[in-house]
Amino acid sequence: MSLAELICPAGTPAALRTAVDAGADAVYCGFQDATNARNFPGLNFTPEELEAAVAYAHARGTKVLLALNTYPPAGKVDLWRHAADTGARIGVDAFIVADMGVADYIARTHPGVRLHLSVQAAASSPEAIRYYVENFGVKRVVLPRILTIPEIRKIRQDIPCEIETFIFGNHGLMVEGRCSLTNYLTGQSTNMDGVCSPASDVEYIRDEATGEMSSCLNGFTIDRFGPEEKAGYPTICKGRYTAPHRPEGYYAFEEPVSLNLSRLLPELIDAGVHAFKIEGRQRSKAYVRSVVSSFRRAVDDIRAGRTANIEDLVALTEGQKQTQGAFETKKWR
Amino acid sequence: MAVTDMEKLTLGPIAYHWSRDERRDFYARVADEAPVDEVYLGEVICSKRAPFHEADLPATIDRLERAGKTVIVSSLAEVMLARERKATADLAGMDSPEIELNNAAGLFAREKRPHRVGPFLNAYNEATIAWMAGQGATHVTLPVELPREAVNVAAKAARNLGLGVELQVFGRAPLAVSARCYHARAHGRTKDNCQFVCENDPDGMPLSTRDGDPILRVNGIQTQSESYVDLLPEIEEIGAMGVSHLRLMPQAVDMVEVAWAFRDVLDGACSAEEADSRLRAMCGSAGLSNGFYFGTAGYRRIEGAAPAL
Amino acid sequence: MTIDPGAVLPPRPPGAGAFARLAATLVQPILGRVVRRVAARHASLFARLGPHQGTDFVIDPVEFPFALHLRPDPKALLFRAVPRDALPVAGATIRGRFLMFLELLDYEEDGDAAFFSRDLEITGDTEAVVRLRNALDDVDGSIAEEAAAMFGPPGRAILGHLRRKYSDDAMPGGER
Repeated sequence: MSLAELICPAGTPAALRTAVDAGADAVYCGFQDATNARNFPGLNFTPEELEAAVAYAHARGTKVLLALNTYPPAGKVDLWRHAADTGARIGVDAFIVADMGVADYIARTHPGVRLHLSVQAAASSPEAIRYYVENFGVKRVVLPRILTIPEIRKIRQDIPCEIETFIFGNHGLMVEGRCSLTNYLTGQSTNMDGVCSPASDVEYIRDEATGEMSSCLNGFTIDRFGPEEKAGYPTICKGRYTAPHRPEGYYAFEEPVSLNLSRLLPELIDAGVHAFKIEGRQRSKAYVRSVVSSFRRAVDDIRAGRTANIEDLVALTEGQKQTQGAFETKKWR
Repeated sequence: MAVTDMEKLTLGPIAYHWSRDERRDFYARVADEAPVDEVYLGEVICSKRAPFHEADLPATIDRLERAGKTVIVSSLAEVMLARERKATADLAGMDSPEIELNNAAGLFAREKRPHRVGPFLNAYNEATIAWMAGQGATHVTLPVELPREAVNVAAKAARNLGLGVELQVFGRAPLAVSARCYHARAHGRTKDNCQFVCENDPDGMPLSTRDGDPILRVNGIQTQSESYVDLLPEIEEIGAMGVSHLRLMPQAVDMVEVAWAFRDVLDGACSAEEADSRLRAMCGSAGLSNGFYFGTAGYRRIEGAAPAL
Repeated sequence: MTIDPGAVLPPRPPGAGAFARLAATLVQPILGRVVRRVAARHASLFARLGPHQGTDFVIDPVEFPFALHLRPDPKALLFRAVPRDALPVAGATIRGRFLMFLELLDYEEDGDAAFFSRDLEITGDTEAVVRLRNALDDVDGSIAEEAAAMFGPPGRAILGHLRRKYSDDAMPGGER
């Protein structure tokens, strides 16, 4: 049986301590700049905060993974290199990378630190994964959320590195690292700036007469909710649009649902997945504590041969609907 | 000026599911009339479409090469299924014509033999381009969202390594790909059961906000911009930065005339303003944008000359 | 007071006129003490606010007779009760039930989840709200607890009463 490590999000030092205390095997986090894909206002770590966080985590046997998983635009590569140097000095346990130039730099400059391939690299075949393993010594791949469990099992047999899969949280629809939707509407890039529907461009407009609420991104209405309807963040791939034969407006890409694979955990472990990732560095400590401790119990139960009793995590999920996404059936595609 | 004189016009791979007949007619006309130097062929978006036009590929290559065009075959952007892995490996095994790779699975199969790096491989910076050059890349197409400051640095770095450098200057911007087919979804179907409904939208299926603003186009698993990228007024600057190839993406407009608009400016036969107004007329109601290049929202159109870098 | 977690927020809460002004005046000294104490003990949260230290936040607990005005400027902290007919021009407004705010500060409730379920309403500068949320979320322990403790056993008793009331009232809804 695989180790089934729990990899947990930490957007702030307090969230990191919460995740460690709730039973995370590893936490992942980033600096307060474009070097990671959750470059959100008020979030993330200064080098000093990361140093203290690593000490806190290591004292409790928890690993710290540093996300350097964006794509430096030409002329700004040094920011990513300095972040890697700082992470290595502080003693993080692994770097999570996507860009080949960044991977190459770390492989040459910090060969002693593990490299994990970010989901942002979009490596979804054994050949793509082996490219990164053979060239940069990648030890673990975070798989895109587009594969079924039988497909994951097959990949596991064909690659010489560990597999990490997402099990809970925001359910991205587009191939990660290949999405410029936010940049098209806002001028801020997911790949280069680490943002997705940046809060600076988000506005909620309530119609006092009807009670309807519109969620807007840089002036574009991404969705509109009735007075009693569950709402969502204006993420472009979860908006409602009209098409010529869909004049009523529909979720063209996906409804505002969250991924929740709690019921598939035994199968994923059996398929050889080494680590389970919980999304949500932008979420609160309340979320981290609740989700991490629930999954901690579930994974411990499964590994002890007991039936896992996952309590309902629905209230924490976006729009309060959940999905097993592509993992369950290829009909999702 | 010298650098501009070297610039080549290329025609990118058809992103849509145009029928066999439409493709044949299109490339026949390109061979005879379009002033482009290089043509990319092959299915980049959906592996289910490939069987419809694979059989015609050798004849199309031959036709274009006889017309003096350089032909390059492009690989799939997304590689996951067995048929996609096989298609990518087969392509990577070809000795001629040249190939353009759009997925790391292709890089793996190609080993270090010469190849072009396509726009889906995320060559955002000089470090990545240098790495790719060391792995056999001879040419790189920069991501469509790269702003001009970065294009400047990336292009110079690539040229110094002896690589060709390409930038999309016309056509809808590729914004995202997914494992899910949004054309099928729009019609209540799944990808496996799509019945190729995407063939009804030769320029993509429009999506508008509920306020009626058209913003995106669906093309199977791909999402594109509503506006056509148009960098015609900027091509002199782009050439001076070291970009050697200008890519025109096939849209459902008169692509021969689009190519002539760019060619006339490259040849000094007409001014950029005049050619751009011709382009506007050709594109009808489609908006033209250059926001990505100017580091702002991609849908925007920045008018007037920007200060030199 | 009944609390139905699924219900829509009322469109326009009361909170104008003489009663609101009196209530706001009475509560003001307490607010001043609380905010100065929290700021002194958690100075690091100002860094997370970044450019929004000077932003005017209106926090509008719908069942209160007044709203709260916060300007988290470390050099000139402002936290005051204001009648709803005398609200300042706000950079951002956050509306919801007071006990929901209490749960957010207690880190019992997740802000995103509260927003998705429409229990929380945000207007104005979304980035300002996100920064404030992240800044407060980086504070260990419970700010509500800390504030209550400043007033000794009576303070803790009031907080305990509020929490019990909330959980009792919320029960019939059954969604929590």
